[in-house]
Amino acid sequence: MTAMIEATLTKRYGGREVLSAARLEVAAGTVHALVGENGAGKSTLVKIIAGIVRADGGSLAIGGTNVDLGAWDRRRARAAGIGIVQQHGASAGTLSVVENAVLGAEGGALLDLAPTAKALEALGAKVGLPIDPWARADRLPLGAAQRAEIVAALHHGAKLLILDEPTAVLAPVEVDGLLATLRTLAKGGTTIVLVTHKLDEVRAVADTVTVLRAGKTVGTFGAPLEVATIARAMVGAELPPPSSVAEPAGDAPVVLALEHVGVAGALPSARPRGRFAGLREAFSGEKRQDAPAPRENVPLADISLVVRAGELVGVAGVDGNGQRELAQAIAGLVPHTGGVKLGGEDISRASAGERLAAGLAHIPEDRHHGGLVLEASIADNLALARRDITGRFAIDRARVRRFAEEQIRSLDIRPTDPEARAAALSGGNQQKIVIARELSRPHVRVVLASQPTRGVDLGAVVRIHDRLRAAAAAGAGVLVISADLDELLALCHRVVVMLRGKIVGERAGAALQGAEARSGLGDLMTGAA
Amino acid sequence: MRRSLPVALLASMAVGSILMLVVGASPGHVWWTMVTRVLGSEYQVGQVLYKATGLALTGLAVSVALDAGLFNIGGEAQLGAGIFACALVGTALPAGTPAIVAIPVCTLAAAAAGGAIGGAIGFLRAKRDAHEVITSIMFNAIVAGVVLVEGSEHIFQGGTTTGPAIVPGAELPRLPLGGSAANCALFIAIAAVALVWWLRARTTWGQAWLAVGRDPDAARHAGISVARVQILVMAGAGALAGLAATSFVMGHKHALEEGLGAGTGLLGIVAALLGRLHPVGVGIASLLLGFLSVGGLAVGDLVPKELTEVLLGVVLLAVATAAAWERRAAA
Repeated sequence: MTAMIEATLTKRYGGREVLSAARLEVAAGTVHALVGENGAGKSTLVKIIAGIVRADGGSLAIGGTNVDLGAWDRRRARAAGIGIVQQHGASAGTLSVVENAVLGAEGGALLDLAPTAKALEALGAKVGLPIDPWARADRLPLGAAQRAEIVAALHHGAKLLILDEPTAVLAPVEVDGLLATLRTLAKGGTTIVLVTHKLDEVRAVADTVTVLRAGKTVGTFGAPLEVATIARAMVGAELPPPSSVAEPAGDAPVVLALEHVGVAGALPSARPRGRFAGLREAFSGEKRQDAPAPRENVPLADISLVVRAGELVGVAGVDGNGQRELAQAIAGLVPHTGGVKLGGEDISRASAGERLAAGLAHIPEDRHHGGLVLEASIADNLALARRDITGRFAIDRARVRRFAEEQIRSLDIRPTDPEARAAALSGGNQQKIVIARELSRPHVRVVLASQPTRGVDLGAVVRIHDRLRAAAAAGAGVLVISADLDELLALCHRVVVMLRGKIVGERAGAALQGAEARSGLGDLMTGAA
Repeated sequence: MRRSLPVALLASMAVGSILMLVVGASPGHVWWTMVTRVLGSEYQVGQVLYKATGLALTGLAVSVALDAGLFNIGGEAQLGAGIFACALVGTALPAGTPAIVAIPVCTLAAAAAGGAIGGAIGFLRAKRDAHEVITSIMFNAIVAGVVLVEGSEHIFQGGTTTGPAIVPGAELPRLPLGGSAANCALFIAIAAVALVWWLRARTTWGQAWLAVGRDPDAARHAGISVARVQILVMAGAGALAGLAATSFVMGHKHALEEGLGAGTGLLGIVAALLGRLHPVGVGIASLLLGFLSVGGLAVGDLVPKELTEVLLGVVLLAVATAAAWERRAAA
């Protein structure tokens, strides 16, 4: 069998080596999983291969031919048949699927989209990834946007398809569909590199697994794949057993009460970045951060829900069924109808800042779109608008630094330098910053956590879950909104399901145990129940 | 940037030299003459400081707003309003008003007028979603028009384009530099640079305004009111531009005059960008731009004075290119 990729790569960011001669060998026509902890260098490795990031050293051979790493860029990689679907999507929001597909690969000066659109549609149908070529990329649900990117890559003749954490944004049913498609593609001769941290996915589709730890290749495992061995290789040690929090008594005080909460029509989405934002970055020397465009909104109707002190309540549902609107309404980021009470205090009319001050901790669903100021340091992000840490006016810099060092230690954030830019961190470490800032607020009575472990690896998931449980054990009510059913089943005392902006069902206690719990909730999520 | 800024300046000097060759002058001779004539004369050094005083304040007005993600090109309007208010209050005060009262009152009037224009631009942006660039341009035109109409109808004295003098108590002392226009407003500019540096780097206000500029969404989620920050920052920026009036009116002309300070608001954009939005950088850039514009006049017998304006444009282009180049190198 021929080698599709033979890579030994080194990459430094600043003085930090994120890849030290990391080795990856992928056989043609196989599904190869690349796994590893946060900051292990998985994304960097595949981005170098795809020509998005430039290597500092090493060698790379594609299909047996050595390439010149100094000149290796996206255009050359595309010509060599390498397609990539990135973690946060790379579509230009206001363009249609077909326009995105031809972006950067335009033929002549005149653009005739119709034949490409037809070809995309046909190709999508053929490989089992139906798409609408004329839909606007930012109006598509994440799953559909991702399908469109895969089909576009195949359309460009990708012989090697790289997917960076593709399932992080998908519902369970969609995950199964995607994995099946990957198998089919591999049978048809396409080589697949799947970057992931979910070992059940690895077990389901991968032929071979390469484990990366701290920028080095720890090992490559072939069939039969042993999940326990791979997990040990990833973490470098055994994982601590998860803790659990006893369900609160029935008479525990209600800390969060939603009474007929509704959000009408489209959200006044995130204020668009100033048209001159680029100017600011050009002259201050900061890097431009292009946040993904917000998605279409679902109106929220008549949501009533209570969370008691010490209780972990889950909100399940396929992405885009009103979960984001619900979180924004509770956090006071959108105007809403109905009542929101926090510890008995009516906060329906309070601003976002006032709600946080009243005892809300809010972990937003997207750390790149509301969670973090990517250009600011870890310390500044941890202290962002935290007057209890910074002081009211003049910033107590020693205290900010001490606070940052404490949080970095307690959540094992890497790198450990409080002055490191948040943008330079891996997704899991970025998420830990958000978690640390929100859960360390004084007098937290309610924790609202949206997709708290999305795109985050095993070790970090355990730490984040422990933090959420600890918040509940300390007497806060915790509302976890997640598309990951396993996460909710592992964490929550009670789970409600949202579908098309409404709560359509609830399961608690014994009904959350066993295999039927999963399928029962799955049926509710898809409207089959 | 630390490496590329000198490169950019050398590159723009090279382009300037080529332009000098085109007009038939010897670049080495022109540059050398410019340096010796400006630095060799107390008067010229004073003129550089006078120019830099106004530019530093209008430059800060741009950099502070851009820190918060807003492009304030309304410096002309904010400065114009500051000059108008400063002169009006300065003439309205009773003749014997002591300096200890007159100077603060006129200074506050200048800042308040500029701040009102800036605040209005911020309000329209934050609450009505009117783009600040468009409203800034409109305000530039409106303020210029109002000052001219009011001036010629009610203020300018018979047939001239100069209003009555402000009370002597409101005059800022000149610096003893060869009879140049340099005056004590220089210290206001230095204090403004220091104040902006401190607010930006060491206070929760600065934290909030930088967060809004870097990522308004993250700021909103963290509980910062983006609209409030935008309005306050624009009001502060306008006040800074308005403060430049202290140099023009209280330090130099002692009266409202047609065209006083004109162009300083726009050149402040160059100072802000050249100074890379850092308050100290803006101060240094103002000195450099002041040197170029005074130097251009000083060598007026060797090259046409328009060459200076061309050179300012070239400097901006070179700095912009260098910034992009360095970002690519860092990526």
